[in-house]
Amino acid sequence: MSGAVYRVDWLPGTDLLSGRCHCGARHEAEDPVAMWEWMLAHPDHPTVSEEEHTP
Amino acid sequence: MPAHSAFARDQWYVAAWSAEVGRELLGRTVLGEPLALYRTEAGDPVVLADRCVHRRYPLSASGLDGDRVVCGYHGFTYDTTGTCVFVPGQKRVPRTARVSSYPVAEVDAMVWVWIGDPELADPDTIPRAPHLAADGWVTVQGMEPIDADYGLLVDNLLDLSHETYLHGGYIGTPEVAETPITTEVDEGAGVVRVSRHMTDAECPPFYARSTGIEGRIQRLQDIEYHAPCLYLLHSRISPTGQDSPAFLTEITYAITPSAPGKVYDFWAVSRNFAVDDAEVTTFLRDFNHTVVMQDVDALNLLQRSLDTEADGYQELSINIDTGGLAARRILAKLAAG
Repeated sequence: MSGAVYRVDWLPGTDLLSGRCHCGARHEAEDPVAMWEWMLAHPDHPTVSEEEHTP
Repeated sequence: MPAHSAFARDQWYVAAWSAEVGRELLGRTVLGEPLALYRTEAGDPVVLADRCVHRRYPLSASGLDGDRVVCGYHGFTYDTTGTCVFVPGQKRVPRTARVSSYPVAEVDAMVWVWIGDPELADPDTIPRAPHLAADGWVTVQGMEPIDADYGLLVDNLLDLSHETYLHGGYIGTPEVAETPITTEVDEGAGVVRVSRHMTDAECPPFYARSTGIEGRIQRLQDIEYHAPCLYLLHSRISPTGQDSPAFLTEITYAITPSAPGKVYDFWAVSRNFAVDDAEVTTFLRDFNHTVVMQDVDALNLLQRSLDTEADGYQELSINIDTGGLAARRILAKLAAG
């Protein structure tokens, strides 16, 4: 069975991790523990569109 | 992580390489369950509980009579289903005289055993490593028991940056630890993928001597971890700036928890180049065994060190641990059922 795929890229040349949840929400963090906590909070993390509209 | 990672039952585990299972009984312990493995005269693998129902003598220290196991202590005799068919000195065999038999499947040159409810065992769910048995590939392999929590071996294999330090001069070069990784987790499939693509790296002896490449290389490492047991590292080497010639090496591990604080480290290196070159085969076998033993020694030491820690000790994770953390979580989820 295959389904929800989470992806975390370590951005080259930085210490930053860039995460993308299977729902499309994105997040950046410097700590993989914090990144997975954000990821696994799904669906209680901001979606892409909400992030884009956050002032 | 906890002192000992919880075991995930209702899963398939590699109990042995196919080549290890024959007409001599073999003893292995998987998830704390002692197993006796053998092959019938027709060649089918059988896995029985490794304790005679009479006085608990290990059947793996016993002998075969045709397809039956004859306990080496008093002669209690079991068929391939674990049913006792003979006891010494009397005609009546007690109805309760049987040992458990385990669902077993032989796939890709590995003997997989199902630990859990036999009704749930489906061999079609066993993850595949076809290079281990495919035409055109040559494999060297081995197995090393480690006195460490199986979670430490998962951690070790999901984060290959340790190659630079623990295996420097063998498979590690500075670029491994320096190169950022990409991590993907397929939640439904229970698969963690970690990729590290080095475009311009030193060629470590492992690859220089097996491929004949001189100079710097493009080195692609793509890990697929099928929790809980099967780990595949797809390794692709080519000269820097060139996509060919490309050398594919498949590095396979089966991570089989044996008992709390003990794990079997099944390892294999498969290649589809220089397949007729016995010198390359010998080199890869010896060299990789050395690399595996570096891990074995390090994890034995790490476990002994962790055993002296007070409960609730703290760890610190950084970017290199992104894949290992994902694997831990999937394993905990599988163990919770």
